[in-house]
Amino acid sequence: MLLIRLAIRNAFRHRLRSFLTILGVMVAILAFGLLRTVIDAWYAGVEASSANRLVTRSSVSLMFSLPMAYKDKIRAVPGVTLVCQGNWFGGIYIDEKNFFANFAYEPQTLLDLYPEYVLDDPAQRSDFLRDRKGCLVGAKLAKRFGWKVGDNITLRGTIFPGDWVMTVRAIYRGARSGTDESQLFFHWAYLDETMRVNYPSRAGQVGFYMVGINDPNKAAEISRAVDAQFANSLAETLTETEKAFQMSFVSMSEAIILAIRLVSFVVVLIILAVSANTMAMSARERTGEYAVLKTLGFSARTVALLIAGEALVISLTGAGLGLVLILPCAEAFGTLMTDFFPVFAVSRETIMYGVVAGLAVGILSGIYPAIYAARVRIAVALRKVG
Amino acid sequence: MTIPETLIEIRGLAKSYQRGGQVIPVLTDISFDIARGEFLALMGPSGSGKSTLLNCLAGIDRADAGQIVVNGQDITLLDETELAEWRSRSVGFIFQFYNLIPVLTALENVELPLLLTNLTRRERREHAESALAAVGLDDRMDHYPAQLSGGQQQRVAIARAIVTDPDILVADEPTGDLDRVSAEDILNLLDRLSSEMGKTIIMVTHDPRAAQQAHVLRNLDKGELSRVADPAGH
Repeated sequence: MLLIRLAIRNAFRHRLRSFLTILGVMVAILAFGLLRTVIDAWYAGVEASSANRLVTRSSVSLMFSLPMAYKDKIRAVPGVTLVCQGNWFGGIYIDEKNFFANFAYEPQTLLDLYPEYVLDDPAQRSDFLRDRKGCLVGAKLAKRFGWKVGDNITLRGTIFPGDWVMTVRAIYRGARSGTDESQLFFHWAYLDETMRVNYPSRAGQVGFYMVGINDPNKAAEISRAVDAQFANSLAETLTETEKAFQMSFVSMSEAIILAIRLVSFVVVLIILAVSANTMAMSARERTGEYAVLKTLGFSARTVALLIAGEALVISLTGAGLGLVLILPCAEAFGTLMTDFFPVFAVSRETIMYGVVAGLAVGILSGIYPAIYAARVRIAVALRKVG
Repeated sequence: MTIPETLIEIRGLAKSYQRGGQVIPVLTDISFDIARGEFLALMGPSGSGKSTLLNCLAGIDRADAGQIVVNGQDITLLDETELAEWRSRSVGFIFQFYNLIPVLTALENVELPLLLTNLTRRERREHAESALAAVGLDDRMDHYPAQLSGGQQQRVAIARAIVTDPDILVADEPTGDLDRVSAEDILNLLDRLSSEMGKTIIMVTHDPRAAQQAHVLRNLDKGELSRVADPAGH
């Protein structure tokens, strides 16, 4: 206990230096955690994907639509359990800065395909299904704009011109922490019927089909079977797993993600260098004390452990503070960046990596000073003190 | 007349340093005995090898040649771990600049060597308190070194040196950093440790007054040792 006490007291002996080092470790771990959370947020869509869902879209580009007539053909493919047509609506609520994802979907199959969208009130579910101008919004989105069930909202169409008035009929919450709660879904029929009246040539066109399958192991086989149906047609399809579909968006930003990932490690490396410098200075200043400990009969190993313990006290204090701050900082950052990152939650892995990074900084920064102290030659060190 | 029992036998001790490719002999064929309970003062000009000899005797430096037999055990044959164990058991150290750990209280500093024993926490505390009481610092136990005077710090260092009840106390210029009153105080304390507790004390000093307190005075010059007449009529 006395030796542990000694390591702790040594760690805070030069208060300013220790404070600055702890502050540095804290900021580094905080930055590391936030950057990792940014990466996680980028992959949130991928992580939330289900292995039981496929996406069928135009093989040329998502910009091109598919005929509504494909729905029954896809449904007839063996292994397919559900098919839901959908369109990216791209509507704007009041102002462009209020960006959020909004889609037109066939509502019944949407709810069947996405069990992770939980509607606590069964009445809301039936109200949403019944009202063709009703919409389903995520809890986070409702909170953001103060929407309540029964509120009328108007989206200004960008891809589909006009003002689209709809009523909030249901609010969903995510079954898991990674579920995106900032989306809006409304009836595909509302979109199609309106287009049929105003722009008949664009009626009956589907942006993509969400396809439910009974066996994730047969995803590749089913995807091939779906695409084979429409081979050599005017609108050939590309069917892939939901995960692959989401990844195709993420991969567009792969260079940026890689850069962020690198920066997160560089931050830890920098603080490792700073911390190692602090420990090396401390060890040099205390050469005489280590010599005294060895004179009294303490082994080189004990002296080395004393230094390693001191380095760990400093780095773990900093890492601990950084990890304590990460949750409120992530929440504030997530609120600020909600347009870009609908899901911005610190994962357990990030916390774990933060602890590992803190430990690594402590251990690595203590290695050289520990070896130095262990090798101190008593007579030489005591002569220096004299 | 009883013949004093020999505690330490030094035979043919030699030590040299390498400086800039040059070999500088510091100790040359040193041989002498130290009796149990003897208070020995080592004197000599700067660079004469006093501290080197002291370090070799205390097992914190290694001689190039020769034997140091303590209580029948040749410590020059011990490896580093065995030597560290021997030191913790047999030698108490008193340094010129006290060398206390500044972040530990007087009591904790004294308790430090006891961590290497099998004593319980409570026993360690009791032993440390007794050692501090023996040097007259029972009212300063919770003070940090910086809150103590030089003389008091040296007393703490002495308490730390005697707390494990070693046979030998080595003191390198124990009064070198003290004023006259404090120095006398410390020398009286060392004398008491020798006469009342039977400790064998080997003290390196420049101070003739300090040397007078010893029973035996040896002078080291150019690597060679000579015995001076017993100081102060011991």
